[in-house]
Amino acid sequence: MTKVNFKSYLFNIVAILSVFVLIQILIANGTLSRYYVSILIFICINIILATSLNLATGFLGQLTLGHAGFMAVGAYGSALTAIYLRSNDILTGGIGLLLVSIIVGGLFAGIMGIVIGVPALRLRGDYLAIITLGFGEVIRVVINNLAFTGGAKGLTGIPRLVNISNAFWIMAFVVTVLYTLTNSRQGRAIISIREDEIAAEAVGIQTTRYKVMGFAIAAFFAGIGGGLYAHFIAFLDPNTFNFMRSVEILVIVVLGGMGSLTGSVMSAVVLTILPEALRDFAIYRLLIYSGLLVVMMIFRPQGIFGTTEFSLAGAIKKLRYNQIVSPRKKVKEDD
Amino acid sequence: MVLFLQQFINGLSVGSIYAVIALGYTMVYGIIRLINFAHGEIMMMGAYFAFITVLASGMPFYVVLIVSMVLAAILGITVETLAYRPLRKAPRISALITAIGMSLFLQNLALVIFKPEPKIMPPIIPRMPVFIGPLRIGTVTIVTIVLSIVFMVLLDFFVKKTKPGKAMRAVSEDKEASVLMGINVNRTISITFAIGSALGALGGVLYSVSYTQVFPTMGVMPGLKAFVAAVLGGIGIIPGAMLGGFVIGMVETLTKAYISSQLSDAIVFGLLIVVLLFKPTGILGKNEKEKV
Amino acid sequence: MALLETKGLGMQFGGLKAVDNFEIAINDHELVGLIGPNGAGKTTIFNMLTGVYLPTDGDITLDGMSIVGKKPYQIVKMGAARTFQNIRLFKDLSVADNIKIAYHNEMKYTTLEGILRTKRYWQEEAKAHQEAIDFLSIFNMQDYAETMAKNLPYGKQRKLEIARALATNPRILLLDEPAAGMNPHETKELMETIHFIRDKFNIAILLIEHDMSLVMGICERIVVVDYGKIIATGTPDEIKNNMDVIRVYLGE
Repeated sequence: MTKVNFKSYLFNIVAILSVFVLIQILIANGTLSRYYVSILIFICINIILATSLNLATGFLGQLTLGHAGFMAVGAYGSALTAIYLRSNDILTGGIGLLLVSIIVGGLFAGIMGIVIGVPALRLRGDYLAIITLGFGEVIRVVINNLAFTGGAKGLTGIPRLVNISNAFWIMAFVVTVLYTLTNSRQGRAIISIREDEIAAEAVGIQTTRYKVMGFAIAAFFAGIGGGLYAHFIAFLDPNTFNFMRSVEILVIVVLGGMGSLTGSVMSAVVLTILPEALRDFAIYRLLIYSGLLVVMMIFRPQGIFGTTEFSLAGAIKKLRYNQIVSPRKKVKEDD
Repeated sequence: MVLFLQQFINGLSVGSIYAVIALGYTMVYGIIRLINFAHGEIMMMGAYFAFITVLASGMPFYVVLIVSMVLAAILGITVETLAYRPLRKAPRISALITAIGMSLFLQNLALVIFKPEPKIMPPIIPRMPVFIGPLRIGTVTIVTIVLSIVFMVLLDFFVKKTKPGKAMRAVSEDKEASVLMGINVNRTISITFAIGSALGALGGVLYSVSYTQVFPTMGVMPGLKAFVAAVLGGIGIIPGAMLGGFVIGMVETLTKAYISSQLSDAIVFGLLIVVLLFKPTGILGKNEKEKV
Repeated sequence: MALLETKGLGMQFGGLKAVDNFEIAINDHELVGLIGPNGAGKTTIFNMLTGVYLPTDGDITLDGMSIVGKKPYQIVKMGAARTFQNIRLFKDLSVADNIKIAYHNEMKYTTLEGILRTKRYWQEEAKAHQEAIDFLSIFNMQDYAETMAKNLPYGKQRKLEIARALATNPRILLLDEPAAGMNPHETKELMETIHFIRDKFNIAILLIEHDMSLVMGICERIVVVDYGKIIATGTPDEIKNNMDVIRVYLGE
């Protein structure tokens, strides 16, 4: 590890820790009510969903319209696992039960990702979008009609295991893993497929393998997000995981920038808070969302951050550089 | 047997609605390689246009239909010009996301304007059932089937025999070459959207008359199913969309009648997935390889 | 034994024979040109040699092993790299990353090691970065390492594509119209580059080209195809005076 790397690591760890401490302080002194805390937990869940979709759509370049379907598989898989483990007195609660359940849920979603991905990823872009859309709908209808999922009445009796602390750290873990993954040789292989699949194969990338891998990891983390959702709300209604849910996650990704994890994080924060703040205008929310999506695509298709990552260390360095070296001449930035 | 025949005719009627809607998807895809997710919403808007015209004027069915189709055509051209044209050279993924955005935009616009509650569509087609032996066939069913078939024949004639129709086929084959041949590509694409949207409105009017309702999200499911139909038949291929529409209509009606009405949607989408996996280009599609 | 050899290679699209009984043997360190009018089947031949198309007839061997039915990435691993007629770079990535992607198979750390950033990850990444920079400096492009590929001037984009193919450590390089769209000055520079890399990396090169000055100037042997069939092979001088070739290029 070089010195620069070590520094930026330290920086990020300190930054994440301070956000966490800040949240804890605000809760302790009563600034953040239970309502606000629940919004924070939703932010964590949405960050996980958006960053994982970003892996499939932004980094791998495969438009997925069924992310809510993977979320549903994870949510139900995790909820049913927790109910089973608790009713058989194997694990009765706490972080252990949560972790085991969401990982099982995530694995179910990941396996579903492979099952869908292996055949579907052979097809060109549009068709993948359609297949994932179809899959999302089928999953929902199936869950609606199964007995052990509670069917259309919904699933109750799910252990409520999520609080802001564990949600925060799980979110931080997921984002970190996605970040290191996308900056490894495997991540480069995934990105090269987005850039030019034929060229990627011509320089020796096993494209099918990395497509399925990227897709399955995205599905796995969507499942983790779904698991957190299940253990936070403690009730699952199959119709929450509809096409609109998939689109909402997509909007977060597109707005933040396809290929930018930090973009997804910030966009998830804003787009989770905004609708809450604009409760009175709820009827206009989706109108604005969808209009925004179209306008974004026309005027700034790369999203707010494009494919670049925002880094605190980098920003500070840039500011200092500009001041010391040349106050007027801006560092040429790649767009 | 009588029951089966009755269901068969229902399937034909539902299928012909899907077929006319599917034509819009297929024509647009054929010409600009874009899945126009907003097409279901154009269909919904078409139904509302008809609804408003009936309430405002009480004019006969055919006038209402023409007004609705013309307005939908204008809407289609507007959507294309504002949202899709600027992205014609953009990556496909951007165009696709825009189409999804446009679909939601129109849907929510309708929610804001017309409110979510369903409205009752007045019976603008007289309800006089026709009896053939033991079979009872509604006028709406007959009008639906006949009108759909008439418009499909007209479309076929238009695409094959008229100048703009030929231009349309040329543009879908090769945009650059069409420009060199003196074809106005933008206008041809606008015409395609106009016709596709008008057919969508036809589907919307027939659908709302059959189910006697109009509501802002009414375009979603028929839109998706018509889209499935277009893919099933081979997207970009006009006869494919018709075939696909009838197949989906039949499958759906017969599933509802004989298997389970809850599962019919899952079966339709399952069918789509199976077809895409085994013959991604659809029933009538031809294989197409990316040029290296 | 020849490095790359084809026997009775043929490709049929529907009823059309795009390539018929194409036979060629390229030795180590040889520089061979493949020419022919538009639509003669040159790119189809390339696509068969690199696994993009599955030939309908015949066999291709690379170093004595058949590569028919192998995937493009497998053929790259076996030592045949290529460039494309219409440049295919990873446009939104840096020049250095373009090269590093070609190192993918040489790097060994696993996905988990990459996620956990183990010692091996850091070692291999640092090494790959250094190698990429060194590699670019061979082409005098080290100053562009952090530039986005799409922002390079056209001639440099071509060069980068060739460099990226070379970074896979091939034994034979297939260049598909490398001089397309270049001005005479750039073409001349390209000729020098091609000669240089052949000697520097000690590889064989097969190139498709329309630019006669380029082909005649650097190739040791030229194969001419027309309507999917070989109509002549020989040294540049022999080809220049071959009546069949003249007829194909100039008409009857």
